[in-house]
This record gives sequence, C-alpha cells and structure tokens, in this order.
Amino acid sequence: MAAIADTLAPSPVKATRGYWTSVAVRLTRDPVAMVALTIILVIVAAAILAPLIAPADPYKGSMIRRLRPIGFPGYPLGSDELGRDMLTRLIYGGRLSLFIGVTPVICAFVIGSSFGIFAGYLGGRINTLLMRVIDVFFAFPSVLLAIALSGALGAGIFNSIVSLTIVFVPQIARVAESVTTQIRTRDFVEAARVSGAGSIAIVRVHVLGNVLGPIFVYATSLISVSMILASGLSFLGLGVKPPDPEWGLMLNTLRTAIYTQPMVAALPGVMIFLTSISFNLFSDGLRSAMEVKQ
Amino acid sequence: MSMRWESNRSSAAAFTARHKDRGGPGTPLLSVRGLVKHFGRRGGLLSRLGAVVRAVDGVDFDVAKGETLGVVGESGCGKSTTARLIMQTIVPDAGEILFDGEKVGSSALGLEDFRRQAQMVFQDSYSSLNPRLTAEDTIAFGPRVHGLPRRAAITRAHDLLHRVGLEPSRFAGCYPHEISGGQRQRVNIARGLALDPRLLILDEAVSALDKSVEAQVLNLLLDLKDEFGLTFIFISHDLNVVRFMSDRVMVMYLGKVAEVGPAESILAQPRHPYTQALLASMPSMDPDNRTQEAPVSGDPPNPINPPPGCRFHPRCKMAAALCSHAEPLPHDVGTGHQAACHLANPQSGHPHLAAA
Repeated sequence: MAAIADTLAPSPVKATRGYWTSVAVRLTRDPVAMVALTIILVIVAAAILAPLIAPADPYKGSMIRRLRPIGFPGYPLGSDELGRDMLTRLIYGGRLSLFIGVTPVICAFVIGSSFGIFAGYLGGRINTLLMRVIDVFFAFPSVLLAIALSGALGAGIFNSIVSLTIVFVPQIARVAESVTTQIRTRDFVEAARVSGAGSIAIVRVHVLGNVLGPIFVYATSLISVSMILASGLSFLGLGVKPPDPEWGLMLNTLRTAIYTQPMVAALPGVMIFLTSISFNLFSDGLRSAMEVKQ
Repeated sequence: MSMRWESNRSSAAAFTARHKDRGGPGTPLLSVRGLVKHFGRRGGLLSRLGAVVRAVDGVDFDVAKGETLGVVGESGCGKSTTARLIMQTIVPDAGEILFDGEKVGSSALGLEDFRRQAQMVFQDSYSSLNPRLTAEDTIAFGPRVHGLPRRAAITRAHDLLHRVGLEPSRFAGCYPHEISGGQRQRVNIARGLALDPRLLILDEAVSALDKSVEAQVLNLLLDLKDEFGLTFIFISHDLNVVRFMSDRVMVMYLGKVAEVGPAESILAQPRHPYTQALLASMPSMDPDNRTQEAPVSGDPPNPINPPPGCRFHPRCKMAAALCSHAEPLPHDVGTGHQAACHLANPQSGHPHLAAA
C-alpha cells in the first residue's frame, strides 16, 4: 500500500495511517504486551549474543563445585550436577530452546496456512474432504502425538522439529480454513469476481490481507505450546542430547537435585515459563490490537 | 502489501477502448430467457431429500439499451438471486442470458468479456469493500486485473472518485471504516464504473442508506447514467425509489415474474393483484388517505414448496378455484405491459371476468 502512495501527487491532507501502522501504535499502548515483548527480545538477544555475554564455558564442569547454590562466588546462578555454570548454560540453552520452539511454528504457519487457505477458498466438497483428513490429527492429544512421532522418527533436534511441525500443521490449517471461509463469503470477494479477477488475484489481494493477521496471532500463541512440547521431548530424551544445553533437558538432568538445590533445579523451568508466558501475553496483546476496526 | 498482480492478458490500449454496440438500438442490451435456479438440488447425505428452494423458477425479461428496469418484490422473491445469476457468480440450472444479442459464455462473448461490460453494486456498503484496501486501490483493482498499469489505474480511480463526488485528495487513501455509509456506497459505485460497463446492476444499492443520503445517491446515479450512457437494473423493495428511478418495472413473486411493463402503466394501473397489494401497502404521505387494512396478509409461502397453480393464490383476494391448479402465463394487457394473472386474460375463464 505504501508503494502506491508514493506514485501519487502529494496530497494536501495528511495521508491516512495504514492498517498495520495503527495496529503497531495500539500495541505500543498496551503495557502488558510491551513488557512481554521486552522479555522476549532480551531472551532472544541473550541467546544470539551468548558467546559474548556468557561468563563461562557451558561445557566445562568441575567435579568439586557441583550443585552450588544461587549467588555462590563465581556462579551467579549456582552450578548444575556436573559443576557447570548455570547462568552460562541458561543463556546458551535459550539458543536451542528457542530454535526448536519457534522453528516448528514457522514451518507449520507456512504449510498450515497454505493448506487452510486453499481448502477454505475452494470450499465445497474438496474443503470437507481436506478438513476431515485434518480432523484425524485432532483425535490425538498434541503431547501424545508429538511423543509418538518423535519416538517413531528417532531422537534428535531435526526429528523433534519435524514431529512438532506435524503436530501444529492441522491446528493452524483449521484456523486458516475457518477465517478464509468467512472472508470468501463476503461481498467484496464476490465484487472482485464480478470484476473478472481470477482466483489467484483474488486470494492475493483480497483474501491474504484479511486472513494472515488472525492466523499469525494464532501462530504466536502456539510458540509457547511449542516450546513446552520441545522441552518436554528433550526432557524425555527424544530431543536434544546431553551435553548440549537446552532448558527441557536441563530440567530433566537436574531433577535428581530437586531436594538438595531446589532453587537451581527450578531455574530451567522458570526460563521455559517466562518465555512461553511472554509469547502468550504478546499474542494476546497483538490480537486485541488487531481487533479494533476490522 | 505487494500489489504486483496485474496480468498481461490485454494491453492498456485495449482497455480504454469501450465495447461497441453490436446489436444496434433494436436489440435489447440484456435478454434473460427461462432462467432457473433451484438451491439444494443435489443434497449431500445429510440434507433432506426433496428440499429444493425454487429461488428463481423460470424468469424471462428484456432490458433495452439506456433504460432502467426496476425490480421489486418482497424479501426472498428471487430479486438478488436473479442479479447474481446474470452476473454469473451463481451458475444457473437452466436458461440463457443474451447480452447485446450474444449468449453470455459463448465463444462470441466470453465470461471475462461480459464482466467488462456488466457490473454490480451491492447492498451492504461495508461488506462489499475490502477493509484492508484504500478507496483508490479498491476502485483500481478491476482495471488492473484487466491489464491497466498501476499508475493509469490509480489515475482512473481518482477520476472516478471525483465523478461520484468524493474529492480524491481527501478520500483516495481512506479505508472503508474511515468514511460514512453514503461515502462507502459512492466508492462502491465508482468501483462498479471502473471497467466502463454498459450495464450496471444495483442490488438494493441505496436500501441501507438513510433517506437524505439515499436521495443524494439516487441523483448521483441518474447523473452518472446520462454521463456514461449506462443501462440500469435497479433492484429495490422500496416502490417510491423504483418509481423515481425506473423506465420499466418488473414485479417478482416467489421466483417468478408477476407483472412487467412501463413504470407509469404498472404504477397507475396495476393488473396483477399482487402488484395492487404492493402499491396499496405503500405508506401514504396524506393523513386522510391512510391505509386501514393490511393489503396482503401473511408471509410469502415457503419457496421450498410453492403452492400449485398461481403462486399468489393463497394470499390473493381475487383467487378462484381455477387459480389453485392452473398456472397463469404472462398476458399482454397494454403496450409492453404483461401480467401473469388469470384476470388479465379474458379467455382464462376466471369467474370474476364473467361478472364484470
């Protein structure tokens, strides 16, 4: 839209704000969403800059300094069961945890929305057929489905991403299908068809702009679920393998220390909680910012 | 949002050349013959067997070049379905549509070609505009689909905005939620004109507007009709508006044409009891001339199971035994005036005729 505005003669009246600009403005006025966004950005920045900011080597342990408490000299957040610095491992853990949490949602967003928009736009029997196939996946709880798929594919980062993608595709496809069906029946789509536009032009100009927003909001809310599931897979030994730092896996290996150092043992769980709730609150804020004046 | 989607099917030069009159002034611009649409015919497993909504059940009419045909009738009588069948957004079950003498969808007049020449304005001004597009983008969409470059299409959109009374410098960049209902409907009209059509179907285009705005938009439509040499099909349930706009009027009842003819003839001397009842139900501006009793009682019968014979007979004051089994065919009652009622046909044997 901005591309069109610059082809025009300068207009005396202030150009109207675009839809996404006004969404961004409303979002910045939502304190909860902004706090959540800040936390997400700090965690992401820490993960990216891990080698620069981490105080120690995430793999270097010390047999005599195991399970130190929080605040122990040289170990600001204590040390784990092999004497590795917790702060360092939490910072590095963010890399893998975010990667295996966010990647499946991105893949599922691309695959699921294409599938759902295709089905929703076509409508009729093809839609019914495709959506009934999708429904089969809803017969399994997502945790069980993720574990079963990971178990079948074998342990590993790539496989856990693949299995989580398969878990999320049906959910996103269903949302995409229902929003597309709503838009497809609106008069402006019929008006576009009356203008002689083909399906591709209608989907590109009239459908995508109206459905991608709601699907995107739904996808951001899935990131928290995805991170928890990814951590859960690692916890069960189906995702990341030791000694790589990953929050779910760290939670698993530290669970034996829950009585000796409960605070330290809980730290990876706190990180998972903090990250996923931030994604959830941000997606909530995004949704309410987008709902005004459709 | 990326806006590069114009096709290369035709060049910009070809776009600007308006479609020529092919059939000559004697050929109707639009001829509809035996148009039928039944919904729910091929039901799935879960739909009730035999539940067929006869939305449009054998409709014939012509629209001459340059005239306005007003289409009136109660809700659910098939007015909007007829409009959508003409625009081919719903596929008819039977019947054919001739545009300037050529069958729509034939090799002589393809669907894409037809849609350059016939456009439609919808009732709901909000739902018929994409909330994510500005007024100029909405209007420019059609021309760009037909191959006009973006810059030219935007220039055209600004010209049309100006013609429908919206100052482009102020309204071109507006989103639908930023402008009023009347202004939105003006944008819709501009969009309808963007392809330089010859026929414009106005499906309850002013029904959702308040009265003062409605009058402005009606006057605008009449001006545009002269300016662009348009032919209108004007669908409305408001007889006053139809009287103001139309050269000819077609009254529909339950998917069939009840009466069709010149506006003054129909409104002054309605021959079909349904038209008489509709006219009697118009609110009068004269307090001494109040309608004392409801001219038509009850709701229209269910189009799933329309009554046999004349479809209006269960509600008709003049109904006789004949009406419940024999379906009346359109009968000439004056110049270009036809009524589908046994009373209009002296040979029908309706008892009221013998008495008169």
